[in-house]
Amino acid sequence: MNTILILPLITPLMVAAVSFLLWRHRTWQKWLSVVGACLSLAWACLLFERVRDGEILIMQAGGWAAPFGISLVADTLAAVMVLLTATMNLAVTIYALRSIDERRAAFGFYPVLQILMVGVTGAFLTGDLFNLYVWFEVMLMSSFVLLALGGERAQLEGGIKYVTINLLSSAIFLAAIGFLYSVTGTLNMADLALKLGTLPASLTAPLSVLFLIAFGVKAALFPLFFWLPASYHTAPVAVSAVFAGLLTKVGVYALIRTFTLIFAFTDVDMNSMLLTLAGLTMIMGGLGALAQTDARRMLSFLIIAHIGVAVMGLGLGTTRALAGTIFYLIEDVIVLTNLFLIIGIMGGVCGTFEMRRMGGLYRTHPMLGALFLIPAWSLSGVPPFSGFFAKLALVQAGLEVEGYTVVALSLIVGILTLTVMMRLWAEAFWKAPHLVASDIDATQGKIQVGKMLLAPVCALSLMSIGLGIWAETVFGVALTAAVQMSDADVYVEAVLGAVR
Amino acid sequence: MIVMLAFVIGGLYAAGLYMMLRRSITKLIIGLSLLSHASNLLIFTTGGLVPARPPIIPDGATEIIKPFADPVPQALVLTAIVISFGVTAFALVLLHRTYLTIGTDDLDDLSKTDSAKPETSD
Repeated sequence: MNTILILPLITPLMVAAVSFLLWRHRTWQKWLSVVGACLSLAWACLLFERVRDGEILIMQAGGWAAPFGISLVADTLAAVMVLLTATMNLAVTIYALRSIDERRAAFGFYPVLQILMVGVTGAFLTGDLFNLYVWFEVMLMSSFVLLALGGERAQLEGGIKYVTINLLSSAIFLAAIGFLYSVTGTLNMADLALKLGTLPASLTAPLSVLFLIAFGVKAALFPLFFWLPASYHTAPVAVSAVFAGLLTKVGVYALIRTFTLIFAFTDVDMNSMLLTLAGLTMIMGGLGALAQTDARRMLSFLIIAHIGVAVMGLGLGTTRALAGTIFYLIEDVIVLTNLFLIIGIMGGVCGTFEMRRMGGLYRTHPMLGALFLIPAWSLSGVPPFSGFFAKLALVQAGLEVEGYTVVALSLIVGILTLTVMMRLWAEAFWKAPHLVASDIDATQGKIQVGKMLLAPVCALSLMSIGLGIWAETVFGVALTAAVQMSDADVYVEAVLGAVR
Repeated sequence: MIVMLAFVIGGLYAAGLYMMLRRSITKLIIGLSLLSHASNLLIFTTGGLVPARPPIIPDGATEIIKPFADPVPQALVLTAIVISFGVTAFALVLLHRTYLTIGTDDLDDLSKTDSAKPETSD
């Protein structure tokens, strides 16, 4: 019995439950969330230490043996993602202490954020497809609340689009699960992998496409990405940061699991389709970002572009490419969350997120200018930051299998990202302050940059730098995870063999 | 029975998608719930619609005799129904709030977050 598997799940859940009981005591809720986030991070670190060398930890819920009960599985990839989730949880919770207004806190912002973390962690740890659906719904439900909390006009508009498209994708996912159960009679991922292998491709191919659509919506793959830039930027920045860092990555994680494990033994070859979609996603996201003038909308398009880069590694299909994807995911989660947090501070100082009306920040906040450049360069793939090494791994893997087009596209996306990032930097920091009569009056929206806002940003920036310095170690972990995943037998044996 | 249910499920999917493509948010939510009904019914059908064949291994046998009524999809569908109930309740409240705030139930009036920049800030 590996209790460590359940701890990162149960800690935020307990925090949320106790916080709901302390409904009126908001200070308690806040500090409980921070303590809970620290605890989750500690559990996640312990879990990661256990599996970083390639061991797979299994917990059979309720002691029911593998194909019958629900298995929780932590292989290296899952543990890495859980660790990232816990880190983002801590960073965003601390950031939220200062940036989330009392009205939102009064409607349960902190407990709902913890429940979102439960959903995300559960989705990473589960080894059962229907259970994955349930975690997805936990995650979606709390993300709906977080998105709409506050009830501003833009939030409600974005909320309706987000809710609709996500419910549609859940319905497709559910239908796919139903079909899968009817042909195999099991929903345990390891068992599914074995049983699907005996079925003809004419049956498994349509199923895999259903999963591609369902997870493609969550991951914001081309052509299913349009909901993301319509909704993500409407929420408070702390919420957008968590969405940007984690929610789309859950979709990518689910895609990786599906196509390296469940459909591993079938004749279905999705690689070329995934590569095409990845290429189109990168270009659409990159070009979309160029056209934006709102900093948060621009970042939303960049999320899409970099989802494309991550999926590219999955499409290339080699072990090295998978390792590149995992490295890229690690980097992407940290950097995108960080960028949203910094842009939140910038927008707060300027009183607007509209780039044309920002300006003059370098004179008042020079340190912020330096801090912004770290994740901005990292995302664009400028050496020596982490993004460079992640993309290098992907490009090398792409050249090995002669996927020249997609490699070229991924490099173009790097240039596009650098362009929009530098444009934002020039507009917000370099340009003379934008003074219009209406802006001078509108000072009440502006914020003071405090330690509570800067601490998570600094910590995440240090992590980006650290990932670049210790790139070899990080890539080693990614490679361990990738080796594990390119041989689906290992996973299947660990889950099913442990009890036989 | 399965053929009939297949038509019902197909009809529900078609009706749900059609409703979702309408301009009214109310119809959008009706469409969403029809869609989740369709998925639920689909899972229910995969359990096998065989009357009076419980999933019990008879005395003396070592394996269950097919066809039998599989109880697992029924358990799954129960979970899915509860989830879709909660989600629909949330969607209704969201719709109500949106109607109160924006004063319309026409989806075409909700294009502000797509094109023009939103006026709100945090």
